Amino acid sequence: MARLEVGQIIAVLKEKLPDAVVEEVLDGVDPFVVVKAEAWAAVAGLCRDDSRLGFDLLSCITGVDYPEREDGAEIEVIYNLDSIANHHELTVKVKLPRDDPRIASVEEIWRTADWHERETYDLLGVVFEGHHNLVRILCAEDWVGHPLRKDYEPPDSFHGIKNVIY
Amino acid sequence: MSELENRNPDPLTKNVVFLTAVDDIINATRANSVWPLTFGLACCAIEMMATGAAKYDIDRFGSGPFRGTPRQSDLMIVAGTVTHKMAPRVKRLYDQMPEPKYVIAMGGCVIRGGPYVKHGYHVVKGVDLLVPVDVYIPGCPPRPEALLEGLFKVQKLMKREKILDRTRRTTKPEVYQPV
Amino acid sequence: MTEAKIRTEEMLLNMGPQHPSTHGVFRVVVRTDGELILESESHIGYLHRCFEKCAEGNNYLQVVPYTDRMDYLCAMMNNWGYAVAVEKLAGIEVPERAEYIRVMVAELNRVASHLLAFGTYGLDIGAITPFLYAFRDRERILKIFEKLCGQRLNYSYVRVGGVTFDMTEEILADIEAFCDYFDPKIIDEYDNLLSYNGIFISRTANVGVMPADLAISYGVTGPSLRGSGVQRDLRRDAPYGIYDRLEFDVPVGTGEMGQLGDCWDRYMVRMREMRQSIRLVRQALAGIPEGPFCDKKAYRAVKPKAGETYKRVEGARGEVGFYIVSDGTNIPYRVKARAPSFSNISILDKLTSLSDVMVADLVAIIGSLDIVLGEVDR
Repeated sequence: MARLEVGQIIAVLKEKLPDAVVEEVLDGVDPFVVVKAEAWAAVAGLCRDDSRLGFDLLSCITGVDYPEREDGAEIEVIYNLDSIANHHELTVKVKLPRDDPRIASVEEIWRTADWHERETYDLLGVVFEGHHNLVRILCAEDWVGHPLRKDYEPPDSFHGIKNVIY
Repeated sequence: MSELENRNPDPLTKNVVFLTAVDDIINATRANSVWPLTFGLACCAIEMMATGAAKYDIDRFGSGPFRGTPRQSDLMIVAGTVTHKMAPRVKRLYDQMPEPKYVIAMGGCVIRGGPYVKHGYHVVKGVDLLVPVDVYIPGCPPRPEALLEGLFKVQKLMKREKILDRTRRTTKPEVYQPV
Repeated sequence: MTEAKIRTEEMLLNMGPQHPSTHGVFRVVVRTDGELILESESHIGYLHRCFEKCAEGNNYLQVVPYTDRMDYLCAMMNNWGYAVAVEKLAGIEVPERAEYIRVMVAELNRVASHLLAFGTYGLDIGAITPFLYAFRDRERILKIFEKLCGQRLNYSYVRVGGVTFDMTEEILADIEAFCDYFDPKIIDEYDNLLSYNGIFISRTANVGVMPADLAISYGVTGPSLRGSGVQRDLRRDAPYGIYDRLEFDVPVGTGEMGQLGDCWDRYMVRMREMRQSIRLVRQALAGIPEGPFCDKKAYRAVKPKAGETYKRVEGARGEVGFYIVSDGTNIPYRVKARAPSFSNISILDKLTSLSDVMVADLVAIIGSLDIVLGEVDR
């Protein structure tokens, strides 16, 4: 149980799951690793259960919409993992197609993912497969659209209340 | 109660018999015991709490028992951003208050959406789209002194109330009805 | 009549969104069997003010006021968290004096926030006096902040590259006077008033016990996690600013009044943290150097290179994190805020199912988690 550098963490990931890691960026502002969408559930389980990694805290789930990428429109889902015992952290990215973003839910691995995934579903429309209750959390239940998509247009009115006043 | 005027015209009994209008008595009592609804939504609620707490002490001005239920209150201080998800509740709480009722819109968000007016897709751009508002208090958040000033304005409005005129405060027809 | 003939049934009770003890517009639907809660379901979003959308429409400096309005009780820490992330992205060096000022205002803000938590927790439990005491002292801090930046609540004082205004000698003297006034006399007064009050202890001890591993799994951070005995404080574990040069202890729950991780422990961590905050303020006061208070270029405009970063600071309620994606323009491509209260309150449904919780205990549990709805819903 000791603090690992990001390079060592990725080495552990590659050793256990050789096919999962697609890309690693170590020289950016924050180093991060991109994993395959199909492999994410296995990577998440490994991250929590491997004693060298020990990522017990899922700090944040972020979704970013990229409608204009060269290799097709994408939505990135970014997981910020943290280990309270080992004091190291890791940023994991998963790239999903924008027209049908689907990824495995990790709410069984980190309970906090429940609400974070619902939020990402609400605001970006990412479907987390296996989530027990994937409904809107922040917006009203009958809200239309996913507001943080870049092409989102807010409604002119909602239930008879004017929404755009100028 | 200095605002109550002795209307006894007879100079002989003026110091003995106090005559005044029913309206004046009722309005004076009403204006000097305003019961606001605890309706904290966001940041402004903290300033509302500060107004009720030790330093600013809203009780000095005949208001202060913040009620937890709309049925016991006659003033709704909408303190904080109203969102589309909250809008039906705001409307319902207003409807549950007994007449005559008054509304203070506290803070920029409640007046016209505040900083969220442009990009806030989920923010109701002004609570006056939902309920009629009597007093607007600008600020983000307004200082407790500003809220007190708003309370004084409401008290002034209360003193203009007529007991026989029950039609003044009907809900505006264009105001939204919850689905 | 025998007991079997009384018809009993479960009741669905809706608490909130307008309810005095939910600290805002939080809604819980509880299924009760008499006084006993069988199940609860939290609903949030009644204050969803679209922070992240607003951040995508304003430039880097204009986003700072929106961060205030997320957690309006400790706005300085939100500003700081955002500033740290943008500074990392744009490679901005913060002047030494600004770092000291930041520690001072953030810790004072933490005290103000904990005071409000203390006061309203008293109100939730049924003690009205602590609320008035807490606001008496909170006003002193707000007065200092008002002198400093002209606002009582949403300061926007900590900005990218430093702070907005310099701290004058007069304000430094005010802060010192406040520290002398507040510690230890006033905190002892609070302990006498509420912390060791018999009724208060019986309402909070052994209520809402939160095991440490469960809390971590639910992403609970800050005083609520430390109440369960976990030694975790970003100021010490991943120091930002000048915290690595300052001395302070991290108080954790001990279970002295009941089980480890109950409401009393979470409450007491906050009371003990206030002493540590004053200790930090005193150290910063003693060491504050002369010099500029903000990076000159960053004071006017910020335009980071393309890249993304995730930075966290220790707010009054837990870890305030900002994930910022820059595409090289002066407007952020995406800002995601990790709000501590959002994760903290998600454990509520689990806590009510773990043990026998009464309806009145639910109020005690929500109060001990100390949520701010502006931050839960953003």
